[in-house]
Amino acid sequence: MAKPKEKVSKSVYGATPVTQQVESHTISILVINEPGVLARVIGLFAGRGYNIESLTVAETDHDKHLSRITIVVTGTPRVIEQIKTQLDRMVPVQKVRDLTTTGPFVDRELALVQVKSEGDQRIEALRIADIFRARVVDSTLDSFIFEVTGTAGKIDAFVNLMRPLGLADVSRTGVAALSRGKMKKEIKKGE
Amino acid sequence: MKKRKTLNMSTTEAKRAASKTTPAPAKKMTGAEMVIEALIEQGVEVIFGYPGGAVLPIYDELFKNKDRIKHVLVRHEQGASHAAEGYARSTGKVGCFLVTSGPGATNAVTGLTDALMDSIPVVCITGQVPTHLIGTDAFQEADTTGITRPCTKHNVLVKDVNELAGAIHEGFHVARSGRPGPVVIDIPKDIQFADGNYKAAKDSMKHAYKPRTMPDMDGIEAAIELMASAKKPVFYTGGGIINAGPQASKLLRELVRETGFPVTSTLMGLGAYPASGKEWLGMLGMHGTFEANWAMHDCDVMICIGARFDDRVTGRVDAFSPNSVKIHIDIDPSSINKNVPVDIGLIADAGEAMKAMLQIWRAKGCKSDSAALKKWWKQIDQWRGQNCLAYKNSDKIIKPQYALQRLAHFISKDPRDAYVSTEVGQHQMWAAQFLPFDQPNRWMTSGGLGTMGYGLPAAIGAQMAHKDALVIDVAGEASILMNIQEMSTAVQYRLPVKVFIMNNQWMGMVRQWQELLHGERYSESYTDSLPDFVKLAEAYGGIGLRAETPQELDDVIKEMMKTDKVTLVDVRIDQRENCFPMIPSGKAHNEMILSADADKFDKKLV
Ligand SMILES: Cc1ncc(C[n+]2csc(CCOP(=O)(O)OP(=O)(O)O)c2C)c(N)n1
Ligand SMILES: [Mg+2]
Repeated sequence: MAKPKEKVSKSVYGATPVTQQVESHTISILVINEPGVLARVIGLFAGRGYNIESLTVAETDHDKHLSRITIVVTGTPRVIEQIKTQLDRMVPVQKVRDLTTTGPFVDRELALVQVKSEGDQRIEALRIADIFRARVVDSTLDSFIFEVTGTAGKIDAFVNLMRPLGLADVSRTGVAALSRGKMKKEIKKGE
Repeated sequence: MKKRKTLNMSTTEAKRAASKTTPAPAKKMTGAEMVIEALIEQGVEVIFGYPGGAVLPIYDELFKNKDRIKHVLVRHEQGASHAAEGYARSTGKVGCFLVTSGPGATNAVTGLTDALMDSIPVVCITGQVPTHLIGTDAFQEADTTGITRPCTKHNVLVKDVNELAGAIHEGFHVARSGRPGPVVIDIPKDIQFADGNYKAAKDSMKHAYKPRTMPDMDGIEAAIELMASAKKPVFYTGGGIINAGPQASKLLRELVRETGFPVTSTLMGLGAYPASGKEWLGMLGMHGTFEANWAMHDCDVMICIGARFDDRVTGRVDAFSPNSVKIHIDIDPSSINKNVPVDIGLIADAGEAMKAMLQIWRAKGCKSDSAALKKWWKQIDQWRGQNCLAYKNSDKIIKPQYALQRLAHFISKDPRDAYVSTEVGQHQMWAAQFLPFDQPNRWMTSGGLGTMGYGLPAAIGAQMAHKDALVIDVAGEASILMNIQEMSTAVQYRLPVKVFIMNNQWMGMVRQWQELLHGERYSESYTDSLPDFVKLAEAYGGIGLRAETPQELDDVIKEMMKTDKVTLVDVRIDQRENCFPMIPSGKAHNEMILSADADKFDKKLV
């Protein structure tokens, strides 16, 4: 990071702060499922310039009108702390949990991967799919759609392997995640 | 050695499930009737507003309920929004305003953003096109909840009349709880006509919004320990103390008496600690005093209560108070560690935190380090000796500082309780420097957003709440024109607001930056054509006065104090005066420019 120039800034704002190491965190947010709640969360990220890597949302408790939003974000520890507290103070947000700091968690993503190929390539695609325990959910004479679940990394690997084998289209759900059984005590902010 | 210890819990832990009480038997009524019922149940006495197609059913009910709720017809919806803010700021209650769909709602956006930035509790009711027309680009349709989502604390579009009363009650609860802020309730016209069940406030808490207010006692103890051993402490206080109610200001005074520590405050916190107190250092920040900024820079323990380390306060963050241990008390968890990392972060209501601090301080028999404090005060007195607000007076031309000192003099002689609002610019900073406030809720200014045009409507809001008080808007000639139409409102409701225009013919603050930071290229900051403010006041049905020389000034102010109608005072001040001290942005607290050495400031640097 360059040192701030020793001249009076013309900007209304001061020098840009020194950057910290960027981390990736998986944050699970329980919200009241009401109109606009997703826009509110996304708007926060857009308005404050935070980065979203992945976002998944669906209702998880119909009777209580609760939805779970799972977001994978990147940022410096301070930015991630900000993201959590900014989310937490929203009125429809019931609970914010940083899965990355609260002990082990399971994260999964589902992808539909369409591959168009013939001959050996087609067989190779099937073989690799087998290794990744991907299921064939649609098949024509010159194409397959595979359904594959796993961590984001596993899906990246699968998609990369399919690339030379006629990868045509990919649709991914984004990450869903939950803490594993027996949570460690919630880590307090700043520790 | 510094120990990084942060003792804040997430607010989610403090959010409890709604208690299940048996609902009262539901009363049937129309949506529009519900709006009035709910406002009255919430204790609203005055509502500022402007009618239009999409709120006509509500206006119909206002007509029928004239004796239960007072409506103030503004002349522009922005005026309504700031009037509600002025009302809220001067009373501690939630301010309320009502506008129509589309342009009514978009005109309210500036006031909503202003209230968000300065944490002012207001509820804005907007009309909306009928539900079946939403999304069709209907006449005067705007996506009000979409537009206002980033500039409100919360907002809601009510699509079921049975949820309307609940949404309003909850809106008030959200606006005033935790860190206060603006809430929008958007009500389609068909919902205003529809019949439904009225829900009382106690049956209405869908979100169970309950921010944490009580401090973590371990954190308070740690803070007290640091304070008791501090050699160069300073209290850095802000608008959070005003928002925590008059009790919090009392507790701050007690805490200062008990510890003997010096106190400074942000623009928003003026009045929480009396300007006449001997521990008072004056305001801090970009145009703060020499002693306040140096005390912040050199302190070893900083106790920040209800302030948010705004960039106008910190200057260059990496040079901000480099050697201090920082304690930060704030009701909003996201304020802690946002701009400046702190050593002890405590999430709490400012009043509750100070109550706990006093309790522990006394229970432990803590004493400040008096020898060290004595040295610290000696140092502070040296800084005070700089006399940083000094200016060269003149007998030919009215200096702005002199005008405000005279104004302060006549305010102090007046038996009435005084409320002061401002517009934005140099006059605002001079007012903050030269008008002393000894009580909270007496000072209304647009801090976070810096909204020109705030002052007159805010003064109207304050005067509506305090009919017999002296209410003065310290204005600039450019700012006042941004909501001058509210003169009509003041005339209509016989509000004797005084508008003290510090007329320098320039957008003075812009000119100052151009002079110091843009090579003296005065691009578009001079107003070639200004109205005759005396005639303008008279045209509105108010009173116009003018002071052109220092000799005339006292008589004009005396005259102004006596008027029983809205009064514009055109005070012709020195056009070239700059506001000092000044910390140019991107500079540290100890790199402040004083008026004495302003000439030495090298304009070629930029
Ligand atoms: C709505 C709005 N537009 C623009 C600005 C930028 N601005 C800040 S101060 C200022 C000049 C204000 O002039 P005046 O009201 O005459 O006050 P003075 O500085 O001369 O005392 C301007 C244009 C602002 N704060 N608000
Ligand atoms: Mg001016």
